[in-house]
Amino acid sequence: MKAFLPFLAVIFLVLLVIVGVKAASLYFLFGVIVPYAALLTFLAGVVYRAVKWGRTPVPFHIPTTCGQQKTLPWIKQSKIENPSTTGGVVVRMLLEVFLFRSLFRNLKTEMHEGPKLTYGSDKWLWLAGLSFHWSFLIILVRHLRFFTQNVPGVVQIVGSLDSFLQIGLPLLYITDVIFLAAVAYLFIRRVAIQPVKYISLAADYFPLFLLLAIGCSGVLMRYFLKVDVVSVKMFTMSLVSLRPRIVPGVGTLFYVHLFLVSTLFAYFPWSKLMHMGGVFLSPTRNLANNSRMKRHVNPWNYPVKVHTYEEYEDDFRAKMKMAGVPVEKE
Amino acid sequence: MYNGGKIFFGIIVFLGIFTFPVYYNIGKADTTPKPSLNTPVINQMKVKHCVEPKAFMRANHMQLLNEWRDSALRQGQRDYVSSTGETYNISLQNTCLHCHSNKEKFCDRCHNYMAVHPYCWSCHFAPGKENKL
Amino acid sequence: MFCWGAKAKSLNAVGFPNARDWNPTEEDWKLPENWQEIFLEGMRERLSKYRSFRLFMDICVRCGACADKCHFFIGTGDPKNMPVLRAELLRSVYRRYFTKAGKMFGKLAGARDLDLKVLKELWYYAFQCTECRRCSVFCPYGIDTAEITIIVRELLNLLGLNIQWTMGPVADCYMKGNHLGIEPHTMVNIFETMCDDIETLTGIKITPSFNRKGAEILFVTPSGDFFADPGTYTCMGYLMLFHELGLDYTWSTYAAEGGNFGFFTSNEMAKRLNSKIYAEAKRLGVKWILGGECGHMWRVMNQYMDTWNGPADFLEVPKSPVTGTVFENARSTRMTHIIEFTADLIRHGKLKLDPRRNDHLKVTFHDSCNTSRAMGIFEEPRYVIKSVCNHFYEMPDGTTREQTFCCGSGSGFNAGENMELRLRGGLPRANAVKYVRDKYDVNMLANICAIDRAALTTSMNYWNPGMGVTGVHELVANALIMTGEKKRETNMRGDPLDMPVEEPEAEAGAAAPADKAAGGKANV
Repeated sequence: MKAFLPFLAVIFLVLLVIVGVKAASLYFLFGVIVPYAALLTFLAGVVYRAVKWGRTPVPFHIPTTCGQQKTLPWIKQSKIENPSTTGGVVVRMLLEVFLFRSLFRNLKTEMHEGPKLTYGSDKWLWLAGLSFHWSFLIILVRHLRFFTQNVPGVVQIVGSLDSFLQIGLPLLYITDVIFLAAVAYLFIRRVAIQPVKYISLAADYFPLFLLLAIGCSGVLMRYFLKVDVVSVKMFTMSLVSLRPRIVPGVGTLFYVHLFLVSTLFAYFPWSKLMHMGGVFLSPTRNLANNSRMKRHVNPWNYPVKVHTYEEYEDDFRAKMKMAGVPVEKE
Repeated sequence: MYNGGKIFFGIIVFLGIFTFPVYYNIGKADTTPKPSLNTPVINQMKVKHCVEPKAFMRANHMQLLNEWRDSALRQGQRDYVSSTGETYNISLQNTCLHCHSNKEKFCDRCHNYMAVHPYCWSCHFAPGKENKL
Repeated sequence: MFCWGAKAKSLNAVGFPNARDWNPTEEDWKLPENWQEIFLEGMRERLSKYRSFRLFMDICVRCGACADKCHFFIGTGDPKNMPVLRAELLRSVYRRYFTKAGKMFGKLAGARDLDLKVLKELWYYAFQCTECRRCSVFCPYGIDTAEITIIVRELLNLLGLNIQWTMGPVADCYMKGNHLGIEPHTMVNIFETMCDDIETLTGIKITPSFNRKGAEILFVTPSGDFFADPGTYTCMGYLMLFHELGLDYTWSTYAAEGGNFGFFTSNEMAKRLNSKIYAEAKRLGVKWILGGECGHMWRVMNQYMDTWNGPADFLEVPKSPVTGTVFENARSTRMTHIIEFTADLIRHGKLKLDPRRNDHLKVTFHDSCNTSRAMGIFEEPRYVIKSVCNHFYEMPDGTTREQTFCCGSGSGFNAGENMELRLRGGLPRANAVKYVRDKYDVNMLANICAIDRAALTTSMNYWNPGMGVTGVHELVANALIMTGEKKRETNMRGDPLDMPVEEPEAEAGAAAPADKAAGGKANV
């Protein structure tokens, strides 16, 4: 059920746009209004969420340390896993964001007879996650050729590297394959691995189905059903130059793709996908373990009621004197 | 501790990345391609037509050319029967470029617009160019 | 599997709200009428005060990497003990009341109404998390279940729902200066007894000072260290070490607690208890503070104390009076961990050590959760152990250092009624100990945490009978050759030493410890 409803939702979205474009000819709605609205929602939503996080203070200095602390000069510090400087934190964050350092640690715990516990390396989630995110990024960068006059050299290089195997025409992009395979794996593990199935919510399946549908519609357009890419680019360029116009002959499939992407963008800020921004703000990763060296200030630190020494001595003066413990007041 | 400055910077970077196409194109000339059909051969045609209908060719020419290459070079088959029943000689040089002898003004216009770099010309000579070996 | 509910008298002692006697097994928890309102208002307040809380509610993708990392999940198999699920218990309430999707789509969006069943579930599982942070090491976003557990416990506290095993010590610590409620004259008595034992063992009479103004150093350690075996041996180790060094230091009966069970109830309570340490250091006019072996104590000292009760500008940056080493890494809190202090002493060859006195022991080291994942003390204790013991073996990868397992009883769970949970949670650690026991005949589990010394003793008795548990400074004390001491017949515990009899002791003492360290006596 948790997987089925999101599946239906994505099917519904696809049907909606097909009917809207084919039967009702709502080209302007699906081609212009929805994409603009989606992008604005995305930009404003992400900023809103980031500002909301930003306005919430970090009261305490709580890095998770994963290596030797800075200590005596002859003990080697683990400067990245347990950074004490901003530089170390930056490297730690870069590793986290670009290589999924923490996920790379993943272990598979197994209980055998005895009981006997074993811990084996388990890198599949890391591999699939990293493959998915990197191929998605490369695909996004490649798409810039639809959104720029005089396509920047970097975008062209990314495109040609991605297709260097020269399979078929139009050339097969390796990332298209990796993207679909990785998303499929991420879906399958959610239904096949029992604990993961147990923790999965509709909000976990929906983005996966959406991404799969986006990937499939894109692949269909490029490799199978073929759209006239020049018309597509004329249309997308009209969008980015803020002079939107409908270009005839781009095909329904393109509208499906565009609508699903719009849905993803609009959905993004209100969902778990915000981990994209959140990972940068995680106080267990982005703080240096230097709280003994430098005082961390809590903006809402307030005075609290304490049991003072004087009160304590009043309670125990006689006993303290009897035991020979010095007192302030005789 | 808020790290307001860093978050603000991050937001600016985020907006900068995702609105890149909007400001990147400001002031750039519109390069919407208009492939030219103005060649001597095409001008002489009474009914201007390609091997397949225009709409098909716009979307599928690369695939057709790929099939032509395999057919001519790997199977030695040089006849192509089009959807309208006419037979054409499978040859980039003698069929395609016979009419479209203006590569710069025909092929390149769209390819440049889309940043596509077909590898046709790593084997074939581009028409009108000196045959430098 | 649970601990008894907190009693009214303990809550009243520190002025906590909704104090009453209640029983978790009864249907009626005697909640205040507007308990939902209190809970949600508390949540709203904390969402605006803790970025960690808001962020960790928002960004979990439920990838499941944390699932099999929790010792309670491994030990109980209860799916709600997967860290992600533990957080979801509260996250579902967060969605229902604080996000639009949850308000609109309800159950479909993974949202739940805050009803009595949900509240009881939150209580049950908030007290099945030891805040050990192992899951946080593996989370791709660093989501720390400890943060969530801390918040849930704060919210439960607003409703007077705590456990007595935590609240009793909190109340005692607040009024009497330590968790165990040891009053000043009793504390002095206990130390006299320990010093008598030291005299029997070494022939040296030690007279520690209490609340002495003008001492250079204030020493603070968890009260567990002077309460019960085997912690007391570690405490005697401190006493012997400091005596041998001639350290100008004092104990305090007011700040007689290094640990902080307040940390397991609420941030505010933790701060209230912690305030005593700086206050006492100021009153006594010491130069800096030295802290004993403890786990969560050092999370608090490293990550919270300065923020709560600093700046400690009335103190000086810690400097070892023996070696002259300045502890730069404590230049703001002005508080040094004893293992850093001792490692520095050994490195400089300031201690006469005879590691053969520990030859009857094959030692492994348990990294405590908090010193590992909230500080990063890994090499110091290993260096010290290898300097005082000849037989040291590491437990397998995946169970040590930042990936270490909790003893099973951390964060205030060491209650007798909670035995099943503690033993189940202790299984992963015990199983790794069993591995080195079977492979290398390891018979002593060293650690630098007072709760470990208590909890692992129980856990080992069940899982690995015969396995000893010791603080590192007990091992140091075994090996420490004190000036003018008599020939040691036994170790700290009165067990006979497994030493070759013919060798004179003086010779062993001549071996410079610095050499041994450099030579690397690692047996692994």
